[in-house]
Formats: sequence, C-alpha cells, structure tokens
Amino acid sequence: MTELLQQLINGLSLGAIYALIALGYTMVYGVLRFINFAHSDVFMVGAYAGYFLGPKLGAGSIGGGVLTLAGAMAVCAVLGVVIEKLAYRPLRGRSNLTVLITAIGVSLLLQNTGQKIKAVGANPRAFQFPGPDGMTRGLFPETQLHFRSLTISSNQVIVLVVAVVLLAALWWIVHRTRIGTAMRAMSFNATASSLVGINNDAVISFTFALGSALAGAGGVLYAMNYPSIDPLMGTLPGLKAFVAAVLGGIGNLPGAALGGLLIGLVETLVSGTRVSTYRDAIAFAILILILMFRPAGLLGKLRVEKV
Amino acid sequence: MVLPKSQLWLVVVLLVAGGVSAFSGRIDPYVLDVAMGVGIAITQASSLNLINGFTGQFSLGHAGFMAVGAYSSAMLTTTLGPKLGVSTAVLQWVLFPASLLLGGLVAALAGLAVGAPSLRLKGDYLAIVTLGFGEIIKVILQNVDAVGGARGLVGIPDYTNLFWTFSVAAVTVYVVWGLLNSTYGRGFLAVADDEVAAEAMGLNTTRYKITAFVVGSFFAGVAGGLYAHLKGYLNPGGFDFNKSIEIVVMVILGGMGRHVGVIIAAIVLVVLNETLRSFGEYRMILYSLLLIVLMLTRPQGLFTWTRRKPSAA
Repeated sequence: MTELLQQLINGLSLGAIYALIALGYTMVYGVLRFINFAHSDVFMVGAYAGYFLGPKLGAGSIGGGVLTLAGAMAVCAVLGVVIEKLAYRPLRGRSNLTVLITAIGVSLLLQNTGQKIKAVGANPRAFQFPGPDGMTRGLFPETQLHFRSLTISSNQVIVLVVAVVLLAALWWIVHRTRIGTAMRAMSFNATASSLVGINNDAVISFTFALGSALAGAGGVLYAMNYPSIDPLMGTLPGLKAFVAAVLGGIGNLPGAALGGLLIGLVETLVSGTRVSTYRDAIAFAILILILMFRPAGLLGKLRVEKV
Repeated sequence: MVLPKSQLWLVVVLLVAGGVSAFSGRIDPYVLDVAMGVGIAITQASSLNLINGFTGQFSLGHAGFMAVGAYSSAMLTTTLGPKLGVSTAVLQWVLFPASLLLGGLVAALAGLAVGAPSLRLKGDYLAIVTLGFGEIIKVILQNVDAVGGARGLVGIPDYTNLFWTFSVAAVTVYVVWGLLNSTYGRGFLAVADDEVAAEAMGLNTTRYKITAFVVGSFFAGVAGGLYAHLKGYLNPGGFDFNKSIEIVVMVILGGMGRHVGVIIAAIVLVVLNETLRSFGEYRMILYSLLLIVLMLTRPQGLFTWTRRKPSAA
C-alpha cells in the first residue's frame, strides 16, 4: 500500500511534466491543426537554458531557482516565436504534411546543432550547479519530506507546485484575457475569427510563445528530477507528451493535462512491476487502445464530417 | 512473344540487374554498398508511397514493419541455414528468397493486425498510432532475448547482392504500378482524393486502406530482409522513428503519389547522405537544413513539374 502511494506520488510529478509539454502540442494543434514535432526540442533547449542561466541567476536558492525557471521559459518563448516566423509562417495555407515535414526538419536541426555547439556537445551533462562550498547542488535547495513511511523529495513538490501555478496561469490567460479569447475563437474557426478582426498571425505567435514557455519550464523541471541533459533528451518525453495530448483529445487543454497525468502515472506504476523494461511502449499501447474506442480522445469531441 | 509494356520493363530490369550483378566482383565495394542501399531505399519508398501517396493515408511506422521483416527473415537464415548442410550458393538462391518472402508475409500480418483496427482513424491520428506501433515493435525487440535483445542480432550471412536488391525494387514498383492501374486499384486513388465521395460511390474505403497497408507492409518487410542480409547485423535502435521519417521524406520529396519521382528521390537521398559524409559531423545539420529549405521552396515534391490539384490531406 505504501509502495503504491509512493509510486502514485512519483507518477504525479512525472505526469505533471508531461502535462506541461502536452499543453504546447495541443495549443498549437488547436490554432494551426498540425503536429509541431520541434516542440520536443524546444523542451530540450529549455533544459539547456536552465543549465546555462542557473549559475548566473543564483541557482541553489529558491529565488534563484524561480528566476532560472522564468529565464528558461523566456528563452523558449522567443525560440518558439522565431521558429514559427521562419519555418512555419511561409507555409501558411499549404498542406499539413508540408508543415509537418518542415517541423521534423526543424527538430533534426535543433538536435544536431546542439550536438555540434561546443558549449552543449553530444555528451550528457549533469544538471547541477557549483555551490559556494565547492560542492555541486541542484537548482532548488533539496530536502526529503517524510510522512509516515512515504518519502517525498522537495523537487517533486516543486514540480507539482510549478505545474499547478502554470496551469492556473494558462487557464487565466485562455479564459480571461482578450488574446486568450482570440485563441479560442481561432481554434473554433480560423476564417471566421479573421473576419471579425482578429489578427490570426499575432494569435499564432502568441500561442507558440505560450506553448514553448511551458515546454521550457517542463525541460527545466525534467532536468532537475533526472539530473542529466543531452541534445537528444527531448525525443522520448516529447513523444509521450504528444501521446498524452492525443489521449486527452488534441486541441483540448484540460484533456492534455489529464492525459499527461495519466501517462505519467501509468508509466511509473509499470516501472515498479516485472515488465518495467516495457515502460516506453506502454504509453503507445494505451494510446492505441483509447483511439480504438474513443477516436477523439478522452475529452475531445468527435467532429462530424460534413460534405 | 510480345509482353505488355510494363511487364517488358520488369523483365528488362531483372535481366540488367542479373547481368550487372554477375560482374559485381569488379565493382568498387563502396559503390556496390551504396548501390544496394539505393535498391533497398527504392523498395521502401515505393511501398510507403502506396500507403502515404496513392491512398492518402499517413503512416509513420514503416520502419517498424521493416524491422519485423528484417528479424523474421534473419531468424530463418541464421537458424535454419546451418542445419540444412547445403552449399552457400543454394542457400543464397533458395533459402534467402524464401526468407525474404517469410519476412514480407510476417510484416504483412503485422500490417493487418495494426491496420484493421487503426485505419478507421484519419490523418494525424493514424500517423500517431503507426508511430506508436513502430515504437512498440522496437521496445519488444529490445526485450526479447531470442533475437538478441538490445545487443542486436549478429552473424547474419551476407546474402544480399545487386541482383536481389534491384529485382525486389523492380518487383515492388511493378506491383504498386500494376495494382494502381487495375480496375480494382483505381479505388486507392478515389480514397485519397475524397474518402466521403468514394464511400458514397459504394467503395469499401476501409478495405482499400487495409489492402494498401498490408501490401505496403509486405514490401517493407522484404526490404527489411534485404537490409538484414546486407548489414549482417540488426539493432532494434536502427528501426526507430528517424528511420520511418527518412522513408517518409523520400516519398514527400518525390511528390506524394508519383512513381518515378519517388524512385528518383530515394536515389538522390541515399547518394546525398553518402556525399554529405565528407562534411563529417555537419552532415545531419546540412540534411535538416536542406529538408526545411526544400519544403519552403518545393513543397509539391522535388521532381514534380506538372501542377496537380492540391490534395485535401
């Protein structure tokens, strides 16, 4: 029982990270109807941004950690907007497949450029920072919290708190601001939204900034809990987060969060069993099952095709 | 005897492949290796073209079916081969084609198992299910010790030669071409053009999609068998998402649903990949940049000169 609870907590914190990445996929899909394959590499850039900004912004204290997180999110937001401007905007109105392949190209470019830059390099690096006493330390101060026989690391708490804060902020932006209303209008009907005077390009840029910032936060949090980063680190979490987005119903924000949590939980529970080596396959197996019985995902609405 | 033009082409290619193959001892081994890679790439790209190009579906799991075929055929030749006690020539000309056929059939079965339930899905969803299937295959192969697990399968005899690679490529192109130009095969194009309209005309669209998927998977499996006996070594990691993407790129650069364009794209990409080797570590950066630039400038495919009605996909 204790072990199950322990696994649930571990799963929740992993799932929260998947949820953050999944939201980026789902938002971009909502406004542009295409899978942004480069998203997983924005996540990777987020982790590296945290790695390089950390020492300058005072990693190791709570304030420094929050600053580093915010810095990484800002870097990723800019990167997301630049990618959209240079690679996707010229293809507006072309077939989805063309944009999809371009996204794959951008993804490969980020991965391989990362491996070639001296400061980044192909080898994994430890996501730790030099402390004043010469010892390495994590991004936030670390302790273990004990409840009876449960052990919760402070990092897991931080992941959950950050995720909840960001999700709340996102909810507020999408439902309570003008630009959020514009985003929802555009995902409902892009042609109609431009007819009522919404600048679709601005909305798309904003969506990319928002989604990429979340991916950046996800990258830093992921790196913090699995303290090793490399240029290819985004691929697997990215794929799983994408699966989470589809699982919840792509284009649906609460669905992406729910899907992320589910994938994280199931994956962690499977890791604790004898078939733990199959854990990377489990996310996809669930996805296939869900899509067979609820093709629009858990919370998605099936659109009736009109002729 | 007068054969229809298409069959004449097939016979000519088979004869040329056999003829050139007889002199393969005199060809530079490196060139030979690249040439065989080209043959396998043509098989892969043409078979995926049937699914992604002509039938308008979007599979991202072609490498998974290739892996199924590669492992099945390699298991047959490595386990049964030594026990038969016959000469290498017999193995290469009898057991090897049988193993390729087995690889194709097992891959086709896998295609049926994946396609039948998932082809009800459309577009991006189908892409993601096939991608998921490819990943599952990889993880299973990494965990099954009988096929070497994560270490990979070693000691596969090198039966693949120019004749086999190009015969298979020619047969694949011929079958795909013949299928599409048959009365039945027009249905594939109808499904790609407008699924709802095709259904309204009484076509069983799901069945067409599954057929395309199974035939495409069959040839992916055969290509996998060729690949296994070319490299002599199989590693589950080699059949990942990036491998599927590589094949998808060939189909898209060739112009979805074009026979000759896709063949040229397969040749160009394999040769390009080799040429870029001289740039060493910068190869993949150049490759990805080229991909982006090509998509921005020639999204209709590199070798498509006549304008075609933009498809809804």
